[in-house]
Amino acid sequence: MSDTTERKMTEDQGPATVSLAPTGRGGADDAATERPVVFDVRDLDVYYGAHHAVRDVHMGIRRNEISAFIGPSGCGKTTVLRCFNRMNDLIEGARVEGDIEYHGVNLYDERVNPVEVRRRIGMVFQKPNPFPKSIYENVAYGPRIGGVKKKSELDDIVERSLQRAALWDEVKDRLKASALGMSGGQQQRLCIARAVAVDPEVILMDEPCSALDPIATGRIEDLMVEIKSEYTIVIVTHNMQQAARVSDATAFFSTEVNPDSDFRTGLLVEFDRTSTIFSNPTDQRTENYITGRFG
Amino acid sequence: MTVTAPADGSPAASLLEEGAGAGPDRAFRTVTLVAGTMVLVILLLIAVTMTVRAWPAFSEFGTSYFFGTEWVPSEGKYGILPLVWGTVLVSLIALVFAVPMSVGIALFVNELAPRRLRRPVVTVVDILAAVPSVVFGLWAFYNLLPGFQTVFNGIADAVAGIPVLNTLFGPSTGSSFMSAGLILALMITPIITSVTREVFATVPENDKSGALALGATRWEMVRGVVFPHSMGGVTGAVMLGLGRAMGETVAVALIIGARPEISLNLFGVGETMPAQIFRQLSEAGALLRSALIGLGVILLVLTVLVNVGARRAVVAVDRRVKGTA
Repeated sequence: MSDTTERKMTEDQGPATVSLAPTGRGGADDAATERPVVFDVRDLDVYYGAHHAVRDVHMGIRRNEISAFIGPSGCGKTTVLRCFNRMNDLIEGARVEGDIEYHGVNLYDERVNPVEVRRRIGMVFQKPNPFPKSIYENVAYGPRIGGVKKKSELDDIVERSLQRAALWDEVKDRLKASALGMSGGQQQRLCIARAVAVDPEVILMDEPCSALDPIATGRIEDLMVEIKSEYTIVIVTHNMQQAARVSDATAFFSTEVNPDSDFRTGLLVEFDRTSTIFSNPTDQRTENYITGRFG
Repeated sequence: MTVTAPADGSPAASLLEEGAGAGPDRAFRTVTLVAGTMVLVILLLIAVTMTVRAWPAFSEFGTSYFFGTEWVPSEGKYGILPLVWGTVLVSLIALVFAVPMSVGIALFVNELAPRRLRRPVVTVVDILAAVPSVVFGLWAFYNLLPGFQTVFNGIADAVAGIPVLNTLFGPSTGSSFMSAGLILALMITPIITSVTREVFATVPENDKSGALALGATRWEMVRGVVFPHSMGGVTGAVMLGLGRAMGETVAVALIIGARPEISLNLFGVGETMPAQIFRQLSEAGALLRSALIGLGVILLVLTVLVNVGARRAVVAVDRRVKGTA
């Protein structure tokens, strides 16, 4: 309980609406631009050791929207995604420059506690990764480490989270069963339930459907659209149709080869409303990619 | 059903031939089978031949051998319980100190240490494993026992008025269960550490990221993901260490004090089965020799029982933690 209140308080400290000026490269066109910016990314550069992995990312991720990152392999979309919850901290030699402001607070400020960041900003991974525990314990894990101890309260959270992930009806009779016995699609929805159980504001998804069949993929996509009224979702996807189907805003990343070192560096080419990116992109490289002429 | 040989030149002609790899494959199967069976056969042979040699003592003393509380061969008293007690006690003391230390080192190396520190730590621990046990024993005998005596007596004085504690931590001459246990802890830490480290390294990165992404601290991640994942493997590591501790002879013989006694004073002298075998065997008459070999049989049975018990416990706990399949 105290945990939730605490979280609310930190949230209140940040201004509810930050600058509305679009910071992405592309212009903005409709009512959606009125939604407050959750992540304001400016001049973001990421290095792995001496390797310049991504350069010059600017974008504003808006609340209650699904923002999709697309682009060829190695363009840095996952790297950028992992900056949003400081997961890059765990990679030795990773270095982040520039600003990622979350409600006005720079996530990379030295006073920021990465553990608290990850409580506010959840993540779903490419490969479903339920813990080798029961279904119940998987969902209860986050709230438990957040300090929730009462059984009845945990029961509530587990049920609510599973319902939100559209999994409750399938598993309510076997909450004690091992999560590893579920199908891949169920496991991924369990991971979504596990993420929402700690009541985050943002859910980052790193190619959440790449290991799933089309039917399971469809369910996850429906689920994302359904829950975006409560969360802000950022999804990395290799599947352009998926980005077109579910997202409100799309960022197209590409790569360039550094002539001196032969290393590839990712960069943001264009960030705009999804409808614009797919129908009338500003940049020729975006158009080449979405029409399948990417070289 | 009869198989008609395919005509020469038919695409199916080679299907009925034995391929070039068949011979080596058969050899491979035989070698692995023999190797696998050998382990069992040797274990069985040890058990049988030892039991045969120990039989005179078993039949001569009967229950007074297995359940007797006095081991004084010169007076014809052959009760092994004081020796079993000493063996179990020093092994437990060793585990109490070695397991947390090993798990700590393994976690430090795998999860916390910067990359450039990992190698040196691992190397130092591995070198510790290579030190011969007699060196450990001599070093402890000449350099540690006086210090142990001072420290133990200090503790004993401090808890003298407190019931239970004053029984467990009584006066000391240096040689004691605790001294032997501490040295054993040092000796088994490398093996437990190195196996534990390997086990921890098999925890999928994906699972660990999953916990951290939920806002777990490193310790919460270790407790929630690394430990449950590694329980079986770590138990195996502990069993390896326990086996070594229960069987250690020379080092223990030098520092435990050579008095077979069922005493609760951890700072007091005692004796273990291997140490007693080592001390007595060269000058033993036929009956004592048989009784000493009997100790070997008991030691073997004890280690097997502990192993089986631990495996079962792991399975049971695993089922509870991981949920039913």
